[in-house]
Amino acid sequence: MLSLLWGAILCCISTASAAQWTPLARDEVHDPASPALRMLQEPAQALSTLPRDSAGNQVDWMRALNEGKIAPRAKLNAEAPIRLREDDILLNLRGGLPIVRFPHRSHTQWLDCSNCHEHIFKSKVGANRLSMSAILQGEQCGVCHGAVSFPLTECARCHNTPRGKK
Amino acid sequence: MNARRLAACAALAAALAAPGSPRAEYADVLINKRSDAAGVRPVVFPHWFHRIRFQCRVCHNELGFKMRAGSNDVLMADIADGKFCGMCHNDEIAWGAENCDLCHSGKPGLPSRIYGGHQTSGPGRW
Repeated sequence: MLSLLWGAILCCISTASAAQWTPLARDEVHDPASPALRMLQEPAQALSTLPRDSAGNQVDWMRALNEGKIAPRAKLNAEAPIRLREDDILLNLRGGLPIVRFPHRSHTQWLDCSNCHEHIFKSKVGANRLSMSAILQGEQCGVCHGAVSFPLTECARCHNTPRGKK
Repeated sequence: MNARRLAACAALAAALAAPGSPRAEYADVLINKRSDAAGVRPVVFPHWFHRIRFQCRVCHNELGFKMRAGSNDVLMADIADGKFCGMCHNDEIAWGAENCDLCHSGKPGLPSRIYGGHQTSGPGRW
């Protein structure tokens, strides 16, 4: 009896996870009449094998990268620079929420310095006036977070360092 | 300070509610600058598909795509010349530009922006 119950629960969970990613024909972006839908990869096929996240598009992209589940090419041109930076920057030092520890490493595993500097963020520590309002309107961190990286509902992922314990 | 916090909360609430967002993988860019007028389906660019295969820097640094939907004016002639999408969509790395339907697969009439359930009002701004 108990095993039946577990079976039913597991079945529900697996159905829920299979239904997590909307098929292209029903995503309301693709035209269901497009002949491409017979050829394009379905999100569920690609994403269901990757480490799970509880937010965004349900994929933990950093774990996927660090665990080698995906190996995205870093460059097309052999001469293109790959610049990794390891340091963390502490932000929001005078705000009310926990301090933001910004990890350069996880960002430079995907992005080039020039994607953020100098037009979005100045390279000088303290020279950027960050604002949650601006971020929520798609400026600053909000250029990516909420669109292609974990959404702004996940406050504690950025506001992750208690005050007084720097 | 309180007013600013209130504004941030209101913006967050609006972002969470996201009324009318089509259910799609977040960060699908729909590009319909000229498609409707030209009588072809608009282009769907799925970020999730591309990031499995390429790091952000490849398109947003090497290929020169600015990180704001709508700020890149890409013409088919550019693609045929090997610029922008054409750096890969050349029948060598990925399907070539003669496979019109594979990129031009969006719903006709949809406005250009980023689609998906987790966007704020900002990144998808045109």
